[in-house]
Amino acid sequence: MQRRQLFSLAVAGIAASAEACKKKEASGSAAGAGPGQGSEIVIGHYASMTGGTAHFGQDTDKAARLAVEQLNASGGVLGKKLKLVTLDTRGDGAEAANAVSRLIDVEKATAILGEVASSLSLQGGPIAQRRKIPMVSPSSTNPKVTQVGDYVFRVCYIDPFQGKVMALFARQTLKLDKVAILKDVKNDYSIGLADAFQKAFVGSGGTIAIEQSYSAGDTDFSAQVTAIKSSGAQAIWVPGYYAEVGAIARTAARLGVKIPLMGGDGWDAPQLFTIGGEALNGSYFSNHFAPDQASPKAQKFVADFKAKYGQEPTGLGALGYDGVMVIADAIKRAGKVDTAAIRDALATTKDYEAVTGKITMDKDRNPEKSVVVLKIDGGKAKYETLVSP
Amino acid sequence: MSTLLQQLLNGLSLGSIYALIALGYTMVYGILKLINFAHGEVFMMGAYAGYFAALALGVQHAGSAGFPLYLAVLVLVVSMAAAALLGVTIEFLAYRPVRSAPRLTPLITAIGVSLFLQNAAMLAFTPNPRPYPPILREVRFELAGVIVTNVKLTIFVVAMALMVGLTWFIQKTWTGKAMRAVATNIDAARLMGIDTDRVIRATFAVGSALAAAGGILFGLDQIMINPLMGVLTGLKAFVAAVLGGIGNVRGAVLGGLLIGLAEQLTAGYLSPDYRDAITFVILIIILILRPQGLLGVVRPEKV
Repeated sequence: MQRRQLFSLAVAGIAASAEACKKKEASGSAAGAGPGQGSEIVIGHYASMTGGTAHFGQDTDKAARLAVEQLNASGGVLGKKLKLVTLDTRGDGAEAANAVSRLIDVEKATAILGEVASSLSLQGGPIAQRRKIPMVSPSSTNPKVTQVGDYVFRVCYIDPFQGKVMALFARQTLKLDKVAILKDVKNDYSIGLADAFQKAFVGSGGTIAIEQSYSAGDTDFSAQVTAIKSSGAQAIWVPGYYAEVGAIARTAARLGVKIPLMGGDGWDAPQLFTIGGEALNGSYFSNHFAPDQASPKAQKFVADFKAKYGQEPTGLGALGYDGVMVIADAIKRAGKVDTAAIRDALATTKDYEAVTGKITMDKDRNPEKSVVVLKIDGGKAKYETLVSP
Repeated sequence: MSTLLQQLLNGLSLGSIYALIALGYTMVYGILKLINFAHGEVFMMGAYAGYFAALALGVQHAGSAGFPLYLAVLVLVVSMAAAALLGVTIEFLAYRPVRSAPRLTPLITAIGVSLFLQNAAMLAFTPNPRPYPPILREVRFELAGVIVTNVKLTIFVVAMALMVGLTWFIQKTWTGKAMRAVATNIDAARLMGIDTDRVIRATFAVGSALAAAGGILFGLDQIMINPLMGVLTGLKAFVAAVLGGIGNVRGAVLGGLLIGLAEQLTAGYLSPDYRDAITFVILIIILILRPQGLLGVVRPEKV
């Protein structure tokens, strides 16, 4: 009997605290009836703050906060302060969709920044589109992301170009004839980038020695690497995300595979080196900017970021900064906090000087930008070459 | 040929890990007729215990510089002890109160404990994958075109040694004999003066410690660990236990090795996309053709 009483007490306690949470949420959203009604403009950010791609979200969020802070320090936008509200997607599709709904309904976001991963932007995009809230993906490179509709933009290049640059780099600069492909079959980004690479590499006279795959979250890659080892490939194209890529590099080294790995901007995180270590030496990947080869604007961003957070920004971080700045620029040009007007202003973004290069939106809401190729040496990525469209 | 040998070797070391985890499933089932679905999470917690123990003892993330063997053994012992404590706690808090309830109740409790531990781990350790500290310095050598590492060899040797040790424990020690008595008939065992609660506690402790050893070996082999690592690995180990004949210690070992080999060969020669599917295809086939498992015996149901 006593135990039962204790139990019902506990249940009552949980119910009470849940009620308290609800109240808090309600008072939080009472600030304005619709987007931009209050004294501040809310920019919603959905990002993988935790999970297998946590560094993507964290770095993008840090850079976005830096952008908001700088904008507010110089008087805000249209006389109003900007406010960045970030929700965690944990790298999960369903969570990404939930986050966008919450940003619109509960946080009353005027515009939305996110996601890094293409698969997640493809979950959040349709919701922003349906609710007619402009969304800017900082760094989703899969072409499908902006095909969702006319309210979805991005500030990075797209994969057909990124894949082509790396394929031609492998073919012409590294003079490779046979390359193996190892892609993540659960990831739109990885599949798209693998296809783009294959098309350009085969188109320029190379052959694909073997095609292998894995799924995000896998931990064992020895079967794939063993198969690649016997295929006679001269390099492995691994267009995946950093955690798996690091483990793949270690597995390759362990199995005595000495050929370089090559990949895309999904490699861009310091954890790549903590996981992969020395096994990554001699590998190449494409990125959005190189901290050591940057324009004055980029150098200022790198210095500001270091001063605030005590670490170097990644290319994805730089794009988060650019994303917020492009949104703010559009709101200024729209002249009012009106989502349709902001969308129109975003669509006509022209020659905007961003950290990662000039941004001009084309008719498909994608900017044309240069690809930077980096080489890994001694646990660091160094500038190798830059390819413009 | 050397490719095939390499795949077989990789499969054997993966299979030894499954076997270590499968032992825990099979021991608990043998005694309580309970499928302890939280066992995969004990395996995960054991891997994390080893992770933190190694960091506390000063093993660096990427530095593969020499690490004395006695410290590696110490990490293993610490993590096995921590997991044994966790296993006993789970038994005491979650399973003992519902032990006399219908069999479905403890099963659902087990699923609840499993989900609780997954989420607690995500909260405590963050869901981010972590690179496993190199507890063993990796030495690589080549044999007939096959790359053999001391890590893979150690995994196999440690797993086999623990299994031989377990067999000895069950056959020769008083606690082991009591375990077999409780497994045969819990009521008769109690009437003979065996402290069944203590025996059940010991079973959970031993099974959990073996899972923790599996967790450390998994971390060494697979480079990264994360709070959800126990879900799929635990399920596969469970299938391994069923394949060998649940309740049968040697069957669990055989099942683990077979599942590891099947998975690796499927990934290497068919497609990596089917590597997880093959385990469950095997489960379905075994349930249709030989539901008692490879080494299991059919016992008539007591009425």
